[in-house]
Amino acid sequence: MSTRIISILLENHHGALSRVAGLFSSRGYNISSLTVAETEDPTVSRMTIVVEGEAGILEQIVKQLNRLIDVIKVIDMGEREVVERELVLVNIDSTKANRHEFVEIASIFGAKIVSVTSGSITLELGGEKRTVEDFIALVKPYGIRELVRSGTIAISQRK
Amino acid sequence: MKKTGAQIVIDALIQERVKVVFGYPGGVVIPIFDVLYDTKELQFILTRHEQAAAHAADGYARSTGNVGVCLVTSGPGATNIMTGIATAYLDSIPMVAITGQVASTLLGTDAFQEADIVGMSRPVTKHNFLVRSISELPILMKQAFHIARTGRPGPVLIDIPIDVSNSVMENYSYPDTVSIRSYKPNLDGHVRQINRAAEMIGAAKKPVIFAGGGIIHSGAHDELLELAEKTNIPVTTSLMCLGGFPGNHPLFIGMPGMHGAKAANYTLQESDLIISIGARFDDRVTGFVKKFAPNASIIHIDIDATAISKIIKVDCPIVGDAKRILSALLKVVKPRSADDWNKKVVEWKDDRLFSYIKSDTVLKPQAVIEAVYKVTNGDAIVTTEVGQHQMWTAQYYTFSRPRTLLTSGGLGTMGFGLPAAMGATFSGTGKTVVAMAGDGSIQMNIQELATISLNKLPVKIVILNNSYLGMVRQWQELFYKKRYSSTCLRGGSLCKETCPGPDKCKRKYIPDFVALANSYDIPAFRVEKICDVIPVLQQGLAMDGPVLMEFVVSAEENVFPMVPAGKPIDDILEG
Repeated sequence: MSTRIISILLENHHGALSRVAGLFSSRGYNISSLTVAETEDPTVSRMTIVVEGEAGILEQIVKQLNRLIDVIKVIDMGEREVVERELVLVNIDSTKANRHEFVEIASIFGAKIVSVTSGSITLELGGEKRTVEDFIALVKPYGIRELVRSGTIAISQRK
Repeated sequence: MKKTGAQIVIDALIQERVKVVFGYPGGVVIPIFDVLYDTKELQFILTRHEQAAAHAADGYARSTGNVGVCLVTSGPGATNIMTGIATAYLDSIPMVAITGQVASTLLGTDAFQEADIVGMSRPVTKHNFLVRSISELPILMKQAFHIARTGRPGPVLIDIPIDVSNSVMENYSYPDTVSIRSYKPNLDGHVRQINRAAEMIGAAKKPVIFAGGGIIHSGAHDELLELAEKTNIPVTTSLMCLGGFPGNHPLFIGMPGMHGAKAANYTLQESDLIISIGARFDDRVTGFVKKFAPNASIIHIDIDATAISKIIKVDCPIVGDAKRILSALLKVVKPRSADDWNKKVVEWKDDRLFSYIKSDTVLKPQAVIEAVYKVTNGDAIVTTEVGQHQMWTAQYYTFSRPRTLLTSGGLGTMGFGLPAAMGATFSGTGKTVVAMAGDGSIQMNIQELATISLNKLPVKIVILNNSYLGMVRQWQELFYKKRYSSTCLRGGSLCKETCPGPDKCKRKYIPDFVALANSYDIPAFRVEKICDVIPVLQQGLAMDGPVLMEFVVSAEENVFPMVPAGKPIDDILEG
């Protein structure tokens, strides 16, 4: 099993997302994360999918994605130098007594303190998946009330 | 030009040179049917069930290579064509299915006869569209036909809400050209790959050509013949390519796979090179994949990149149109003379590809098919349903021209053949159309006898009546200790405990196909004796218009050879 980031440029119109999602679900492929938004060209969306599977299956996925009429281009990010990022928002139990500990954690990771109430604190961190996971592991013992991850986005490194 | 959405739909069909449309009206397509009422440029055939409309459009497409068209209403009308669309999808048949939809403002409200047909048909269409405004209707109609007929062909569904049909466009003109940035099928194969294939063919000691439905879709049958003759390489064709290579050619070794010829299976298994052209290594062909052709390198020519290395790892993939690639390959491939390999293959062929135990007393289904072949001079368009009769047709009717066998290979749809034969009567080829059926399958769309009768469609219906769902019964006999669970068509819930077996059963067969055909005003014959087979076929085929001929055949005949599911294809059962 390996994890692969696949970046897809597709027509920005209704139904396109469900075609891609349907391809994965009907073949029993497991999506780890999926993000989609408009690109610099408003008629085109970019979808970033993180998927796990055997190499042969991943090759099939790429080919089958290419076959979808709404798909303009499929880029297998595993074959390129890429920068990947994920954003996490986490709301944690926190009182005045331990608030300084979060200030410290935030400064170590370069996270932002988004909001503070008397009983909780909300932090924001953008970074590589691994950093995000380390960060989550560190704040978990304090009591996570809610956690939202964006899923990975990736861009290729141009020379 | 000022036109309504409904007028645009019909005009688009005319511009796309559609000659015949099959369908069924309903609430939200009344505006389109109202336009059809005055349309002279194309013929509309009202079927008796929407599923049949889809199969008829499919049969027309298979027999001509043109795009088949069906038109039905929303909700149940549209869900009824799903089997027809899926059938076309699995066999890569160009089709445009037009479905009405409830008004745009009602979408998603569970309105009367509303179903999410775009969602439902997504996995069984090449592409589909929901038309959201009349402004996009002309280009989407154009795109639908373009997508259906180009690349690897397939069905395209276009869902049109009634308010779109009723709205008006002031400056309508049908687009001349279409360009879809995300859809550019690759037609010419890579030159380097073609050269490599030629080298591999030159170096092979035991080569075999495995041709599939892509030969038919691409019209590459002449190039296939030329390649085979130039290189003296034996040819096996999948069910979907029967007729794509002359069935009586000395290099032909039959269809491979579960009910394939021994010659084809042994040749594939022992080959050192398989040249696969437009075939997709279906599980019915490969049997146990890990033991399929263990020593063979594989050249795979296919227009669909996803077909390559999907099942079998390919050594030399060439993506593109079969006809173009074979033309290019023919220029670089070196001639090869027949050698010991050919001799061995001919030995496996053993004079004939298929044989059964003939009888002077029992009417055998295989004998009926051989008789149909004889009486039609092998020159008919033959449609089949699915099951034993389908396999016997593939084995004993020697197909020699492309687009003469119309059969549901991928989905295996019972109920396909009769309506597909209706579609094939519009092929314009002048060929006799024979609908070969089992007594089970024919009943899945038997209501189409009305369509056939009222439109005088010259469909020659041949029913091989063994009073069983024969293929399932065969599996039950061979692998389930003869426990004929729900496969006897004489039986019902009332006679299970008292069943004396097929030979002693005195129950009447229902329906009486002859009386049924007569009730539809279709002449019909029942044949029970061997001596009547040829005369009745001659008489029936000579008649104008439709005819139904029922042959009461031996009940427990099996299709052999047979490779049990999951076994390697040289593990062959014979009767």
